[in-house]
Amino acid sequence: MVQMGEDTLLAVKDLKVWFSLKRGLLDSLRGKPQLYVHAVDGISFDVKKKETFCLVGESGCGKTTTGKAILRLVPITGGNAYFKPKPEILEELEKEGVEPIDNGIVDLASIPPNKFKPLRRDLQIVYQDPFGSLNPRYRVRDTLEEALIVHGIGETREERENIIATVLEKVKMTPVEDFIDRYPHQLSGGQRQRVAIARALILNPSLIVADEPVSMLDVSIRAEILELFNILQEDLGVSFIFITHDLAVARYVCHRIAVMYLGKIVELGDAREVIANPLHPYTKALVAAIPDPKPENRLVVREVPIIGEVPNAIFIPPGCRFHPRCIYYNKQPTPKLKQKCPAEEPPFKEVEPGRHTACWMYD
Amino acid sequence: MVLLEVSNLKTYFYTLRGIVKAVDGVSLTLDRGQTLGIVGESGCGKSTLAWSIMGLVPPPGRIAGGSIKIDGDDITKMREGDVRSKIRWKKVSMIFQGAMNALNPVYKVADQIAEPLLYSGAPRDEAYARVAELLEMVGLDPKIGERYPHELSGGQKQRVVIAMALIMEPDLVIADEPTTALDVVVQAQILNLMKELQRKKRRSIIIISHDLGVVSELAEKIAVMYAGKIVEYGTAEQIFNNPMHPYTQALIRAIPRLTGPVTKLEYIPGSPPDLRSPPPGCRFAPRCSKVMDICRSEEPVLEELEKDHFVACWLYRR
Repeated sequence: MVQMGEDTLLAVKDLKVWFSLKRGLLDSLRGKPQLYVHAVDGISFDVKKKETFCLVGESGCGKTTTGKAILRLVPITGGNAYFKPKPEILEELEKEGVEPIDNGIVDLASIPPNKFKPLRRDLQIVYQDPFGSLNPRYRVRDTLEEALIVHGIGETREERENIIATVLEKVKMTPVEDFIDRYPHQLSGGQRQRVAIARALILNPSLIVADEPVSMLDVSIRAEILELFNILQEDLGVSFIFITHDLAVARYVCHRIAVMYLGKIVELGDAREVIANPLHPYTKALVAAIPDPKPENRLVVREVPIIGEVPNAIFIPPGCRFHPRCIYYNKQPTPKLKQKCPAEEPPFKEVEPGRHTACWMYD
Repeated sequence: MVLLEVSNLKTYFYTLRGIVKAVDGVSLTLDRGQTLGIVGESGCGKSTLAWSIMGLVPPPGRIAGGSIKIDGDDITKMREGDVRSKIRWKKVSMIFQGAMNALNPVYKVADQIAEPLLYSGAPRDEAYARVAELLEMVGLDPKIGERYPHELSGGQKQRVVIAMALIMEPDLVIADEPTTALDVVVQAQILNLMKELQRKKRRSIIIISHDLGVVSELAEKIAVMYAGKIVEYGTAEQIFNNPMHPYTQALIRAIPRLTGPVTKLEYIPGSPPDLRSPPPGCRFAPRCSKVMDICRSEEPVLEELEKDHFVACWLYRR
């Protein structure tokens, strides 16, 4: 039995993605242990229907790997990702011989790669760089039509053309005739990102992973794309996993956010509450580090309550992985913290209604 | 005391497809010890302005008009050899965008930092002692000098690049997007380091960024650039609290904030003009919500509307 709420679309349980490091022949003969980069190291969260769920954190924290693992674009080392596909996709999966584990739920982590294709219609991705993610030799029409052809949607050219026109209208690339025959180099950055979003939308997915979709765009265009995400969510009811390093952007588009550090979620909760009143010491440091544009900023030194730099993800610090950088542990810790933090990993639990964190201070 | 005086600077790129007017008639002055922020979106000419002040405009670009006076010497009239021996790195230095690419991967850190000093004839041991001193000042262990760039983290590399820019004790340091590739925590540390430089050493700094938040951390004065021109120029308080140009106003309203109510973001429709054939009149007119007839035909000039606050917009013509 899989426990999944009625309005839950995706439930990730203890997901792990480790990348093995190359080990020379001599090293393995000498019996040196195999080393791993612990990119994602046991995380759990769920995404509700019509929700924008944010993964935030610094580079290397595993947020992108999490998004890719859910789409099976990187191999999963362990854990589960339970997902409720649309009925027609479930049907196709059953034709392929994939039985749902429970009541219309499939485990994305255990479906064989060669049977994953029907699910791609339901799970889509928008990449960070609209300059790199579009084929420069494909017109907008070709980019969008390719997805339809691959998945056998629309029997005739006209039918497909209609679908393309509808989706371009959804992303506000109107009049459609002006854009449909253009090549990526004839579009601005914002327009390219709209095409990338259209490509994700055209298969009518229930979940889209948006990996830093606005960080390459200029401020004036960024707002426009963020607004588009909000509109699409309301109109189409699609769920987003929105990956960003920018807490201000997260606050603007997301319902809930999960803050990641070194492959783990350290805090999860309502986006506005987490930013207004962070619980975990790492979240506190992140919030303190961001300069809100105010002229008085230059008059004060911005104190960021954190020590040193991110350790590498191969040799993860024992106990709480944040403890070497935590000011609460390193400056006058209580006897309990002194004992617990370097020894035991803190449990991830609800400390206030709807607010989860993994920190011994709240245990 | 005026350190830098740029007047009516024009830096054009002569490409096969036409002349790109990246910087088109920019004037500004900077006093000793003052920090100027230049903000604008990509392609507005802010980096080209910085390269021009360094005398390092890459071909096919060149300075097509105007002057850049540093301590009274007009570098646009000087020979390259003189700029190199008297101005660049000694009076003006630059913290480059993307520290990862600004460092040579096959040189040890200390050798790279010491290079300009050695080039100008300083004895070896003196130069390396100075390098150790500088590394300490930017918050690094002097032993890091013995390492290669790939052995350093992004934040450490950025600190090395800052140390490099300071080796010749320049009067003016230009920081072109110094924190763009860095994570927020490291960004805050680097900005604090630059604040220290500003206060203790009384250096003049030009900070260039697309991020108004980053600029607000350092700049006393801010120039807003759009399509190769300065559209608004004033103190940080004036720009943030009382922006007057419609572009500045829209830019400030387009930024998602960390505090306060979550309001609908406003955005600027359209995209910046092609700098090969900018629109006649005001270059912002096609995207401006307050556009008038005159905007499309005649170009507004920078006018001082209140003390130290300059705006180029027909809305305020007198």
